[in-house]
Amino acid sequence: MPETKVLVNGEQRTTDLDPRTPLLWVLRDTWNLTGTKFGCGIGQCGACTVILDGDAVRSCLTPLSRAAGKQVTTIEGLSRDRSHPVQRAWLVEQVPQCGYCQSGQIMAATVLLSRIPQPTDEDINDAMTGNLCRCGTYDRIRRAIHRAAELSAAEARKP
Amino acid sequence: MKPKLGLLRALLAGAVLLTGFMRFASGSMWATQAKQKSALSPQEGQSVRAFAAMATVLTSPRCLNCHIPGDAPLHGDEGKPHKELNIKRGPDGRGTPAMRCANCHQSENSMALHAPPGAPNWQLPPPSMRMAWQGLSTGDLCRTLKDPAKNGNMTLPQLYKHLEEHPLVLWAWNPGPGRSIPPLSHEQFMVKVKEWMDNGAACAE
Repeated sequence: MPETKVLVNGEQRTTDLDPRTPLLWVLRDTWNLTGTKFGCGIGQCGACTVILDGDAVRSCLTPLSRAAGKQVTTIEGLSRDRSHPVQRAWLVEQVPQCGYCQSGQIMAATVLLSRIPQPTDEDINDAMTGNLCRCGTYDRIRRAIHRAAELSAAEARKP
Repeated sequence: MKPKLGLLRALLAGAVLLTGFMRFASGSMWATQAKQKSALSPQEGQSVRAFAAMATVLTSPRCLNCHIPGDAPLHGDEGKPHKELNIKRGPDGRGTPAMRCANCHQSENSMALHAPPGAPNWQLPPPSMRMAWQGLSTGDLCRTLKDPAKNGNMTLPQLYKHLEEHPLVLWAWNPGPGRSIPPLSHEQFMVKVKEWMDNGAACAE
């Protein structure tokens, strides 16, 4: 198989797996980045969401070939010390219950805030609608996204 | 009494005039339509018939599901709204910030059963030009398709090329399992497109 190179969380990674392999399995099984979860496998739940060149893609459906030569960010790469505004907001608002869907939720929220720094409730509903949570933490997710927006704005105001 | 009678006469006269005008206008309209119908040359008639065949493809679910006036695409052969995930057209036709079409729809159909279909640049027409033809009559669909203000600024040769080569158009004949294909093959469809255009790209009333 040809070698595929992907810049994952700032590190160059290489694999000779079949380019049709779902990115999720390469991340989890080959590169041991198990923070990204398998949920439904058909792009219906969002648990496997990672950021591929700025987009919140479903890694269970994304073939490895699509990531070749591109930047992938997983939950492990959002920050080294949980200092990303979305992670801080998630902790403050105590969002997770079982936690299984949360890495996908956080990655989708991060993409939303990168495009709309001060989202309305409607913006949040539109952006997060593809990320399901069986524990029903949606209200806390919405609050945390607003808080992350505030934290990011406060950081931007710092001299 | 007199002023009231005067008003009544004036109203009556107005009604008579209005009725006359409407009959004239209506008669004139019918006459024009009849003239247009009878004025169709054999060549234009052939063009209109070719478009009727084209329309069977253009109104198939594979085309119609995304050429919609609203903001939620449809899916499946039943044309169900893609609302289980609240999918929206978005500002550029490619979805909302964290729900871009291509977040799930890859550049080709997924190998996984029940997974989303795929083609390069999966998207809806942008909101600025919706290219919507859901619910149009065959004649209106024809006029919409050839109007650059409604078809994505395409001339007829550009439209031909779009229908012949665009990956999203070609995907209609390779939609993956569980989805019907249009009633004509792509080759048959393009024969009809050429016939329609070569004979004047005429449209039915």
